[in-house]
Amino acid sequence: MRSKTFRESYREDIQIFNTVWTKSWLTLFLVALLTLPWWGGPYFVYMANISGIAIVAALGLNILTGFTGQISLGHAAFVALGAYSAAILATRFGLPFWITLPGGGVVAAAFGILLGLPCLRLKGLYLAMATMSFGIVVEYAVTHWESLTMGVRGIKVPSPSLFGYSLSSESSMFYLILAVVILLTAAAKNLMRTRVGRAFVAIRDQDIAASVIGVNLTQYKVMSFAISAFYAGVAGGLYAYSITYLHPENFTLLLSIEYIAMIIVGGLGSILGTIFGAVFLTVMPDVIKACLSLLGQHVAFFHGSYNEEWNIATFGLLIMLFLIAEPTGLNGIWVRIRTSFKNWPFTY
Amino acid sequence: MSDGLFFFLQLVASGIAVGSLYALAALGFVLIYKATDILNFAHGEAMLIGALVCYTLVMLGVPFLWAVIITGGLALLFGMLTERLVLRPLVGEGQFSTVMITIGLSIFLRSLAGIIFGHDNKVFPSPFSKAPISFHGIVLSETHLWAIGISALMVILFFLFFRYSRLGLSMRGVANDLDTAMLMGISVKRVFAMTWGLSFVIAALAGIFLANVMVLNIGLALVAIKAFPAVILGGMESIPGAIIGGIVIGILETLVGGYLDQTFPGVRDLTAFVVLFIVLMVRPYGLFGKEEIERV
Repeated sequence: MRSKTFRESYREDIQIFNTVWTKSWLTLFLVALLTLPWWGGPYFVYMANISGIAIVAALGLNILTGFTGQISLGHAAFVALGAYSAAILATRFGLPFWITLPGGGVVAAAFGILLGLPCLRLKGLYLAMATMSFGIVVEYAVTHWESLTMGVRGIKVPSPSLFGYSLSSESSMFYLILAVVILLTAAAKNLMRTRVGRAFVAIRDQDIAASVIGVNLTQYKVMSFAISAFYAGVAGGLYAYSITYLHPENFTLLLSIEYIAMIIVGGLGSILGTIFGAVFLTVMPDVIKACLSLLGQHVAFFHGSYNEEWNIATFGLLIMLFLIAEPTGLNGIWVRIRTSFKNWPFTY
Repeated sequence: MSDGLFFFLQLVASGIAVGSLYALAALGFVLIYKATDILNFAHGEAMLIGALVCYTLVMLGVPFLWAVIITGGLALLFGMLTERLVLRPLVGEGQFSTVMITIGLSIFLRSLAGIIFGHDNKVFPSPFSKAPISFHGIVLSETHLWAIGISALMVILFFLFFRYSRLGLSMRGVANDLDTAMLMGISVKRVFAMTWGLSFVIAALAGIFLANVMVLNIGLALVAIKAFPAVILGGMESIPGAIIGGIVIGILETLVGGYLDQTFPGVRDLTAFVVLFIVLMVRPYGLFGKEEIERV
């Protein structure tokens, strides 16, 4: 039986991987991930790719909404900005992906600052509406600014290449996405244990109290918007490379709500929870599809009835269920299970 | 009258007509916000489902008036059920949860409506004629005049309801201070349930009306999104504000549509949101909203 961890210093308390067990499980998990294309098959690799992109975008939203407490209904706009910037940089200027990906992130972050500054005074549902309007305006611009974004005709994105090798296959994309996910997850995890991260949490819990104890609200709120938008932008760039064809219809209000569903289901203000939520909701549509085709064999109403709407209805239902029954999300469930194993046979 | 001025007046007139539809949708938001401090993002879906249920009843051979009454009754039950199942567990939680849960409710209901009723455009067997009526050359349809008339009637009814009826007064009491209202012997549970029930009835009626004016399809729910700017402009607490906000948004939208649509196609649909953004920049609590003073 593993005993309770006893920490003697602050340094130990904020350590990310504090036990041998965590470290060894994590190493095993990483090895499994790195070898995924060998044992997984194309379907697994594809799912891992879209999950990875969702993780990056949802991490960004969780930094803004879960950690800093600023509701955003415009996250899809930042993803769109990143995706289009990366695609335009790659097609018009022929730049390689290691410039276009951060480039998309930086463009999105610039817009994040642009949105964050005027939104400083807004809170709660007013902020939700302002970010929603921003999302709708960006969606309009992407659709109608044809000279730049090609409008509804869409942009064909070339596959990324590294040292002359084209990363066009799913499994080479997988390694690119995995590298970005690991890098950005580690960055987010580390950010949250620095002064900046603690300032974010202080703003979420009570912004006036935070400013009283010396947190510069303007600086940190705008910083949170910028970081969140950067993550979304990078996710957008990855998305552009992975689907290879960009269309404005991919970036509607519904996508923003999908990201919100991910962080609510996964757990607000939790990095691990974000990963749970993003993977869970990415896999969800296929589960629904399988369930419906199974049901369709017996009930005529469900026969061949699967479409996008079932996913959206499930996302809505999950948002409601988790907010009512499990506000800490999947991460909360995970922590509960882990603690009960850790303390077995005692309850606490 | 010069052609330019005439064009302008025609745009303003149809703007008022469109705006009164937004105002009708905005009323439901204000009702719920006044009593429960929740902005119901699922209001558009309540309108949509009301219209779809009424349409189905009419198609089944129920006379129009009866169909409206039955839909109203069902909407009342549905609203109370929604409050009981979805909103009641979150009483006392922060605004974050209530915003998110109504967003969840809205996409859930919209896609459910899509699954059950399908996506095809339905033509409502309208009891109002679409024949144009002309005042000195400015053309409006009969339905549009009805819209203006019904919005005006609604304001008066709402005003009387909140001013004189027992339920209206207790709603205001609950909104003002939940604990004190409870101590005064108001059943907060009943008030919340009635608020949601009533707002769904109003939503259903507005939805049926909108279905007569526009095409009945899933897009009907999006009219409510356009009503957000109206509510923000007019203040979340104020019923005359919602009406004025709705009409202002309607006029601006048709003006932008009339003058700028050639250069920027589709910019008309953007107007409301740009206005909303600008209003929030200048006044973070809306033009007539009251500033919330927080205690740390």
